[in-house]
Amino acid sequence: MFGPEQGHFALALACVLALVQFAVPLWGANRRDARLVGLAPYLAVSQLIALGYSFLCLVMCAVSDDFSVQNVAANSAVSKPLLYKITGVWGNHEGSVLLWTLILAVCGGAVSLFGRNLPDILRGRVLAILGGVSAGFQMFCLLTSDPFDRVFPAPMDGQGMNPLLQDPGLAFHPPILYTGYVGFAVPFAFAVAALIEGRVDAAWGRWVRPWAVAAWCFLTCGIALGSWWSYYVLGWGGYWFWDPVENASLIPWLTGTALVHSAIVVEKREGLKIWTVLLAIATFSFSLSGTFLVRSGILNSVHAFANDPARGVFILALLAIVIGGSLALFAWRAPSLTSTGLFSPISREGSLVLNNILLCSICAVVVTGTMYPPFMQLLAGRTISVGKPFFDAATIPLTLPLLLAMGVGTALPWKRAQLARTFSHLYAAAGIAAIGLVLCFWKLSGVLPIACGALAIWVIAASASDVLRRIGIGHTSAQGVWERMKHLPRSSWGAALAHIGAGITVLGLCGMSQAQHAIVEVHIGETRSLAGDDWTLLDVHDYIGPNYKAMQADIAIRHNGKLVTILHPEKRDFTTQSQTTTEVAIHTNFITDLYGVIGDRHGTGKDTTYVLRLHRNPLAPWMWLGGLVMAIGGAFSLSDRRMRIGAPKRAAARNMARA
Amino acid sequence: MTRKTRRLWIVIACLACVGSAAALTLRAFSSNIVFFMAPSQVKANPPSSDRTIRLGGMVMAGSLHRINENGTPVNAFEVTDGQAAVEVHYTGILPDLFREGQSVVALGTVQKNGGFTASEVLAKHDETYMPKEVADELKRTGKWDPRFGKAPDASSWDTMTAKKAGG
Repeated sequence: MFGPEQGHFALALACVLALVQFAVPLWGANRRDARLVGLAPYLAVSQLIALGYSFLCLVMCAVSDDFSVQNVAANSAVSKPLLYKITGVWGNHEGSVLLWTLILAVCGGAVSLFGRNLPDILRGRVLAILGGVSAGFQMFCLLTSDPFDRVFPAPMDGQGMNPLLQDPGLAFHPPILYTGYVGFAVPFAFAVAALIEGRVDAAWGRWVRPWAVAAWCFLTCGIALGSWWSYYVLGWGGYWFWDPVENASLIPWLTGTALVHSAIVVEKREGLKIWTVLLAIATFSFSLSGTFLVRSGILNSVHAFANDPARGVFILALLAIVIGGSLALFAWRAPSLTSTGLFSPISREGSLVLNNILLCSICAVVVTGTMYPPFMQLLAGRTISVGKPFFDAATIPLTLPLLLAMGVGTALPWKRAQLARTFSHLYAAAGIAAIGLVLCFWKLSGVLPIACGALAIWVIAASASDVLRRIGIGHTSAQGVWERMKHLPRSSWGAALAHIGAGITVLGLCGMSQAQHAIVEVHIGETRSLAGDDWTLLDVHDYIGPNYKAMQADIAIRHNGKLVTILHPEKRDFTTQSQTTTEVAIHTNFITDLYGVIGDRHGTGKDTTYVLRLHRNPLAPWMWLGGLVMAIGGAFSLSDRRMRIGAPKRAAARNMARA
Repeated sequence: MTRKTRRLWIVIACLACVGSAAALTLRAFSSNIVFFMAPSQVKANPPSSDRTIRLGGMVMAGSLHRINENGTPVNAFEVTDGQAAVEVHYTGILPDLFREGQSVVALGTVQKNGGFTASEVLAKHDETYMPKEVADELKRTGKWDPRFGKAPDASSWDTMTAKKAGG
């Protein structure tokens, strides 16, 4: 019922359905044939069902230990816990491509179900574009990376999974991150559909924004989760490596953030239309190239090509068609889109334009830093690399004006603003930021951390004071405040929350820039001090786990003689894979993380010493907490009635009926 | 505010931001680019001691030993590309995948005495993966031609250098 052959067949069926979903509605829209266009949602839903079935088959193969399937044999083992048998399905190239297309199909299904109020032609074209992208990647899956490939003879047991990946954080990281990546396919499809139609208006902005915001929320969560995973699993004490895989997720996040903001201008003021369409195309293009070029390692090593030329050529051709095709269409049709809505430089629109320019500049820097080494390798044959020092030096100065503008932007009115009047609303926030600056001078060292810290406090204070002003705290009665609170649009609450979240993240980053660490070699019972805390190695003992041997240390941390906590870092030795992993021990009070790692054991008997790495990371949890708050802010604004597709239309219809 | 003046403002803002982004990028590039070097290149023309480089090669079997410098453990090992070997000093916990006779990439600076002080050591990620730089270097020095099969076994690397050193 759920065997690999059925799964393979369902995948092929989904691919054919996706092709039909691409061709028929486009043709129908061209001939203005409502029946053909109306087929799109049914095709999208049936494609989703077929692909969902296919994915379920692959999961069942992994769960039932069917090692005749190459993919399962290479990545699973009988002894693997059930959770990781399921999540291991997307822990490898073939499975992750299948998951990718499945999420794309889910997006198509969501547009079919929630987009009932869209004009039929627009919905048909959006679904057709989604179907086209889907078909391309399903073909990639079928022709070059078939997850249902069989091996003969089937091995008795699989090769197992990298123990480093056996972690609940990593298990759910890819689906969330991929939902973020793939979610931007919907704004992309809307942009292409609008280009074909030659029309972008406020309604288009209102339809696109919820999809962009939803994808942005998932991408934010995905990035935060990935960073948290590398912090507590890899045990190197840092949180962001600036390696191509991480940058691949940051680049679409930056353009996606710009998109979420510029779509507001389209919706409210019918401005920045061409730019928003371009951003929608760019964001999805970055998502695509991020997932398939960087994650698959094609860009990083020419060997990936040498090992599997079919795969590399196929993916490059696919990217060229999707990205090149949409950009060509943009070049051809964009001039027919005209903006109305005039505004002065000092206005809400002006600040959103500034936000876009700054975000895109940062994005350009990150793209340059990521692409330069492989291009140098290819063109000049020199192997170089750029790392944290480069990205810190080049991106942080550009973030400063962005943070400054974030605080002012939400307080500015549309069209034209008077600076003096706007600033009169921001006195309190500026005061708090000034106190923050003093605090930063006292607690932080270095010019950039101090400036970033003070500006982060400014963003939080300004966002909070903006909401407080709007609900009338201070100049209306309690009753009035309550009434205003109820009527303030959820999107305003969401924006304030998201900005506060960004401020919290920046504060966390500033705190982490002050992290201290020490590498020590101690005997049992010996004490070392780090930044005012005394770390004592109490004991080290060995034990045997389910599929590993472990060495566990007990480290007591005392502050001024008072016991803070006892950490139990471990070093695990996985015998079957002959691999060791470090299990970090972290004690957090949400202000400071105490982070301990145990290294090697040296010597014997009384002379036995242990290498320990001790970290004190101020404000570390705030980085991910801020990401979560940002995503919650986005979700909050999604729940705004205006954001629900077609809701204004329904409300208008209701009002008409009432009248 | 006419359309023209608004466009002018936007163009000015774009130029200012993109210009400063380009300036920052170039400045950061000039001081922060890290070049990859193989031990023989380091020996041939050593970079100045304030320049961070990535040193890659194979960890010579039997070369890993520990020095205790006032309570801080320092790992010392030799990295070779079959032509020359460089002694690397690294304070800290070696990565879980670090093995003698396998490939490694170290980030750090070359000291005046010709030794290498690493601030970071990266070992390969699994049993089949070799850092690209190391593989390229193997090919460049003519120790491995991918057309004739897999990379030579790591243990033979050491003997290649050892023989050279001995002879």
